[in-house]
Amino acid sequence: MTLTPTQLDRYKRHILLKEIGGAGQQALLRARVLIVGMGGLGNPLAQYLAAAGVGTLGLVDDDCVDLSNLQRQILFDTHHVGAAKIDVAAARVKALNPDVEVICHPHRLTGENAAALIDQYDVVADGCDNFETRYIVNDACFHARKTLVSGAVGQFDGQVATFKPWLRDGDNVPLPCYRSLVPAVPDDDGEDCATLGTMGAVAGMIGALQALEVIKEITGCGESLAGKVLIFDGLRAHARTVKLAWDPANPLNGTGKNG
Amino acid sequence: MKITVNGEDRHVDAPLTIAGLLANLGIAGGKVAIERNLEIVPKSAYDSIGLNDGDRIEIVQFIGGGA
Repeated sequence: MTLTPTQLDRYKRHILLKEIGGAGQQALLRARVLIVGMGGLGNPLAQYLAAAGVGTLGLVDDDCVDLSNLQRQILFDTHHVGAAKIDVAAARVKALNPDVEVICHPHRLTGENAAALIDQYDVVADGCDNFETRYIVNDACFHARKTLVSGAVGQFDGQVATFKPWLRDGDNVPLPCYRSLVPAVPDDDGEDCATLGTMGAVAGMIGALQALEVIKEITGCGESLAGKVLIFDGLRAHARTVKLAWDPANPLNGTGKNG
Repeated sequence: MKITVNGEDRHVDAPLTIAGLLANLGIAGGKVAIERNLEIVPKSAYDSIGLNDGDRIEIVQFIGGGA
């Protein structure tokens, strides 16, 4: 695949980066990324990945735009209230970059459809709004050996992690999966952003960080976040990256399992 | 021994495991991850890992929101 003159112009700032270059840009144009959830994380993910020239973007969401979404879901305008989120997002992405093919999956990701859905993509970016779906995404990505870049936000805080649990580290210990970070659904799972509130700009930060990690996984540039968690604390304006160890007790790739 | 929990110094009696620290702090383990010296401790090791003088502990809330 050769970059056209228009593409050379559009992606000039990427191509100038020695870590990306023409080869990295071509890898992005060939890549297929699935974005789970079109909320505060899915919005900047779709925007930055589309702008970056990721060739195929799959969008999963079954929700419609609500007025209370607009405080943080920056793809949506006031007149979009009531419209299907992925229809609006797909139109915005296509308008932003005609190089991007958008595939709409207007339903929830479930244990029944996850494997077939994820199989169509190279990398999965999870920005969904509940722990149950996060486990389904994690498990399906593990079985299909697809890189998972997971993002989550609280009120003023956020976390980003990359999971490749079928790989092993230098000591032959498996890399962790999401179940090594969150072993069980927390007791207060009912307390979501709808009840606790959330800072829109933090969702923008975490979604943009996820987009960066997706781009790094596709192009191979920099250092993968696999085996680590980036924790952002917006109130303290502080971020740190911590090591996440594999938990041998986790039911997916724990001791005696197929990891 | 002296440890740091969420940036604040605390004096605790040794020996103390992660599980013991959570009990001391009155924190239920179901909602948080424990970070010790910039590493998330596997939950299955809470009973076996003993804290050392100078350990820096952060209580990390589980968050699952997509905003």
